Amino acid sequence: MLEIKNLHAEVDGNKILRGIDLTVRPGEVHAIMGPNGSGKSTLSYVLAGKEDYEITEGSISYNGVDWSELGADERAAAGMFLAFQYPIEIPGVATMTFLKTALNAQRKARGEDEISTPDFMKLVREKSKELKVTPDMLKRPLNVGFSGGEKKRAEILQMSLLEPTLCVLDETDSGLDIDALRIVSEGVNQLRSPERSMIVITHYQRLLDHIVPDVVHVLSKGKIVKTGGKELALELEKNGYADYVDEEAA
Amino acid sequence: MDAKLASGGISSLENDGRATWARVEYPKIDFEDLHYYAAPKNTEGPKSLDEVDPELLETYKKLGIPLSEQEILAGVAPENRVAVDAVFDSVSVATTFKEELAKAGVIFCPISEAVREHPELVQKYLGSVVPVSDNFYATLNSAVFSDGSFVYVPPGVRCPMELSTYFRINEKNTGQFERTLIIADKGSYVSYLEGCTAPQRDENQLHAAVVELVALEDAEIKYSTVQNWYPGDSEGKGGIYNFVTKRGDCREKNSKISWTQVETGSAITWKYPSCILRGDNSQGEFYSIAISNGHQQIDSGTKMIHLGKNTASRIISKGISAGVSQNTYRGQVSAHRKASNARNFTQCDSLLIGDKCGAHTVPYIESKNSSAVFEHEATTSKISDDQMFYCQARGLDEEEAVALIVNGFVRDVIQQLPMEFAVEAQKLISISLEGSVG
Ligand SMILES: Nc1ncnc2c1ncn2[C@@H]1O[C@H](COP(=O)(O)OP(=O)(O)OP(=O)(O)O)[C@@H](O)[C@H]1O
Ligand SMILES: [Mg+2]
Repeated sequence: MLEIKNLHAEVDGNKILRGIDLTVRPGEVHAIMGPNGSGKSTLSYVLAGKEDYEITEGSISYNGVDWSELGADERAAAGMFLAFQYPIEIPGVATMTFLKTALNAQRKARGEDEISTPDFMKLVREKSKELKVTPDMLKRPLNVGFSGGEKKRAEILQMSLLEPTLCVLDETDSGLDIDALRIVSEGVNQLRSPERSMIVITHYQRLLDHIVPDVVHVLSKGKIVKTGGKELALELEKNGYADYVDEEAA
Repeated sequence: MDAKLASGGISSLENDGRATWARVEYPKIDFEDLHYYAAPKNTEGPKSLDEVDPELLETYKKLGIPLSEQEILAGVAPENRVAVDAVFDSVSVATTFKEELAKAGVIFCPISEAVREHPELVQKYLGSVVPVSDNFYATLNSAVFSDGSFVYVPPGVRCPMELSTYFRINEKNTGQFERTLIIADKGSYVSYLEGCTAPQRDENQLHAAVVELVALEDAEIKYSTVQNWYPGDSEGKGGIYNFVTKRGDCREKNSKISWTQVETGSAITWKYPSCILRGDNSQGEFYSIAISNGHQQIDSGTKMIHLGKNTASRIISKGISAGVSQNTYRGQVSAHRKASNARNFTQCDSLLIGDKCGAHTVPYIESKNSSAVFEHEATTSKISDDQMFYCQARGLDEEEAVALIVNGFVRDVIQQLPMEFAVEAQKLISISLEGSVG
């Protein structure tokens, strides 16, 4: 279970998160929506453990473990996965190599054996087929020259291989065409399970048609200003954020 | 022949012509204090790995070198799948796979043996690429050279295996003065691998080898080096000085020479594997990875000298600097008056880890023929925080992340290495960057 309490965080001295409370239980999918610049990606970075994102107040714990002292790699080994809004290019490192290195790094950190090459190949082939990631893409350097949609599919491929228990998806739907949106959503839905928690950051209802959330939150100016059921997203789609953002300002 | 070269060498030695164009600093070497030639105390070598320096074994282990191969490297077992002419502290103590090579007509032996057995070849080619008076260290080598490897591939023969020599500096205060001569006769092909590891030492050790390659018509020589000599302790004390002269001569038309090097060790490296593109349509290549960490100083690069018509050269240099090291690429590309349609492409990329190290790129371009086309591209970058975070968010720790990113950075060069070397080189890169972050 993820428990975020009164979380304040800043980057380079800029206060961005201003008191977030959020609890995500195993099996739940929470959607976070909110205007541009409200702090959604910042929250995802703080959760993943990016340096320079300083927690000034409050706490994050996962499965009862305080995360403030854990580095990004340790959180990953503990089950955290962030699908980046803007995936980073790693020149010269074949996607396949990256996947294997990441999987083995996590296994090592958990005291497990490395996966054998044949087992790994089998696993990758299976997962990439589901997500329509071509063998050619697996050979190319990670994210280098990938189209926007390809990058997002590669993120979800990583997620399905690494089998995290806490998934944060930051605007995974942006840049996806209609078919890709369906394929990726199916991939995500397959990972839904009673043990797994998910936070889905998005601007659009259409993703939530496919990945149906249990709870929807509205983030504005670094705070959660409204929480509701899946119908909240529909309402936002119709009326925009004005109601909630104004309420906050008033 | 030996004697002729040696006497010429000694007289040229009197002008002290130390490395002046390179960006390296080092205390004046006391040549009286170095033993020019150190024969192993025990010519039979250790009887088992139990007798081998544990530090060396530790390095082998980190590199993932299999036991059987470790035995060969350390001079224990007499055979392996690659032909190893092990230069074990200056004197070649093991030569293997000779028979299979002999069947193909390939001569692969210590140079001292070649002088006895194949005097006509040695006479004709030794010193024909790197003359005695070439530079101070080449002269020193010519004066005192101890031993080295000799390769001759006869016309039309494709050498049936990768040839490999593992050098290891073993004696305290040993100056190494190997001399290697490789001749690929018309239409032949040979790939030669040179790899080095050395255990920890307290005093600086000098390595001033000379490597000469000669490629005749339609012949190709591929020379790969993985160099991992002791770089010195955390204060930069006690590492090896590597002042090597390597030069290839594409002597006849359509010949090709390519140098691939992975340089991770030594306190000071000063080397410029070069190609003289004499034959028409000949090609020279230089692929280099140079990693400096701690207090290391590397000044390396290449010279491509275009003499023949339609000659082409390609340079890919990847420099990685970490710690407080200095890493310089210094390259010269020149076209002679008669070298019409000479082509060169140079790509020079530097990667900085931390902010106390330096990367420098010094290209010299000289063209006396207006039809020459020389292209030069250079980049300098840092490993970005975003790349580090991305890798760490996927579970890689800091060192694993750096190693992965660096291995990606050098991929174009790694791909040029023979398989068995490529794997070893990648591990070596990770090891040599240990402690460079955090
Ligand atoms: N390094 C930084 N220095 C200063 N301000 C920053 C920094 N990083 C982010 N911000 C600011 O923090 C705010 C929140 O940014 P964040 O990326 O979290 O927004 P978001 O909700 O994800 O927006 P979007 O919907 O556009 O993706 C923005 O105003 C942004 O400009
Ligand atoms: Mg965002």
